[in-house]
Amino acid sequence: MAKEVVLMKGNEAIAHAAIRLGVDGYFGYPITPQSEVLETLAEQKPWETTGMVVLQAESEVAAINMVYGGAGSGKMVMTSSSSPGVSLKQEGISYIAGAELPCLVVNVMRGGPGLGTIQPSQADYFQTTKGGGHGDYHLIALAPSSVQEMADFVGLAFELAFKYRNPAMILADGVVGQMMEKVELPEFRPRRTEAEIIAQCPWATTGCKGRRPNVITSLELDPAIMEQRNLHMQAKYEEIQAKETRYEELDCEDADYLIVAFGSCARIAQKAMEHAREEGIRVGLFRPITLWPFPAEALAQRAEHVKGLLVVELNSGQMIEDVRLAVKCSKPVEHFGRLGGIVPDPDEVTAALRQKFIHP
Amino acid sequence: MTKEDLIKPEHLVYQKPRLLNDNNMHYCPGCSHGVVHKLIAEVIDEMGMAEKTVGISPVGCAVFMYNYLDIDCQEAAHGRAPALASAIKRLWPDRLVFTYQGDGDLACIGTAETIHALNRGEHITIIFINNAIYGMTGGQMAPTTLLGMKTATCPYGRVPEIHGYPLKVTEIAATLQGTAYVTRQSVHTVAAIRKAKKAIRKAFECSMTGQGSSLVEIVSTCNSGWKMTPNAANQWMEEHMFPFYPPGDLKDTTDL
Repeated sequence: MAKEVVLMKGNEAIAHAAIRLGVDGYFGYPITPQSEVLETLAEQKPWETTGMVVLQAESEVAAINMVYGGAGSGKMVMTSSSSPGVSLKQEGISYIAGAELPCLVVNVMRGGPGLGTIQPSQADYFQTTKGGGHGDYHLIALAPSSVQEMADFVGLAFELAFKYRNPAMILADGVVGQMMEKVELPEFRPRRTEAEIIAQCPWATTGCKGRRPNVITSLELDPAIMEQRNLHMQAKYEEIQAKETRYEELDCEDADYLIVAFGSCARIAQKAMEHAREEGIRVGLFRPITLWPFPAEALAQRAEHVKGLLVVELNSGQMIEDVRLAVKCSKPVEHFGRLGGIVPDPDEVTAALRQKFIHP
Repeated sequence: MTKEDLIKPEHLVYQKPRLLNDNNMHYCPGCSHGVVHKLIAEVIDEMGMAEKTVGISPVGCAVFMYNYLDIDCQEAAHGRAPALASAIKRLWPDRLVFTYQGDGDLACIGTAETIHALNRGEHITIIFINNAIYGMTGGQMAPTTLLGMKTATCPYGRVPEIHGYPLKVTEIAATLQGTAYVTRQSVHTVAAIRKAKKAIRKAFECSMTGQGSSLVEIVSTCNSGWKMTPNAANQWMEEHMFPFYPPGDLKDTTDL
């Protein structure tokens, strides 16, 4: 059978992938630049086909708590938002992480801080990878750089979320959410049956038929027990760090310089890399796909034979901290970023590379 | 009749509900929570829903509801129980889903979630314990604290110029198109307990027959927070709470 390739926005691809992958519920609240996720779901009416629940909540706070409830009951549930809305979701995300529940949160980042702008940004890297909500926890964070990855990472995020009973985030930006590209959508997969959910999630609040009652909570007043719960979570995070780092390398084998970039910035950096190579500067691109866990070991190995690394981000320098930690200050690490919703031209990146390393 | 005869099942006139377990409750002596827990346990069992119920506990004194009721439970963030319940009910339509919330949880931090879940007509029941004070955190002012009432954060009495007015969420709920059954009860006398149980039963039946959302307010005592004996608290509730929060059905569009 010929592959079905369609042209659509990244936000639309998220919605279509969710329906096709048998997601049970989506709970969201409109915010630019990601409203097409909810709009597409509303237009597709999956409740009439797959039985997927789609609900426009009264706020981002309510939406994430709907996800908390649905995830606790063993269902595949998700929400999406953009930066200011994701700030509102942080409380719920912390509870979901604390109760060790699987779910998907999509952040199509826009410029901040505050109400900021509706233009693209990557300024929520710290929020996503260093905490966001309160307490010692981590999200599994996937950074798509194409519409195809927007579709693909819905399935990957749920796979990892259920494997580790941990919330996963697709950290996209306004470029990837709004741009149109061709995409091959996943095959239709039926939603899990009640028996399958109960078998897969024996911890879930499905109604205590034939077993002791289940409780979903992040609360434990005894600090000795709470410490054990935290240590258990830390052990889980170590396992995720050991097994689940993902990254892409382009033309890194002979590179004298590495550009490190994620999401839409990696696409811009790829063009900049091509321009630099036309000038005779041997540049490679290292693209972290998992921002947490950060592919530190792979980056450190690749950095061994380069003269310097340029971190390109739509922020003032956030991922650069993880890059510096990865290479342990063994190589010069420089930053180029545009802020507040400005997306750089590839030539700006090439110029920055020249200015920082070739003709300082 | 011997003791052995008396304890035969056919002679039983009263027993602890099967779904209320033997864990020691942390509630203060005289508190209304224990009675309401008992009623919920009885109603769920009598409806045959023990294995198909999900309860959502709040932040507040009832945070540990799940330690006492032998049903599946989720512990919500402060005020967010109706959001959890909305999702669970939509994802599991044949389950009985209810929230159990205090006045601070429901009428203050969770007002938006409460009003919108009720107005969407979610097929859930909200049990609302209104004792006009924050019990768990040590007796601070609640959105339902009466004018003149003294709490840790209005030690000279609640005055509208500083603290605003007490909120009648149940009256608001009765105006919403999504609600089918809105009632205000109490559990301070045997007669009141019987009526409250019937109200909880009707609300749960309403949820299971998909007629709209239900809100059961239980005007309650917090004798620790009010700094009264249990008896004095019951009397004070009748004299001061009931005039502002009068018991009775505020709305019933069910066919139950």
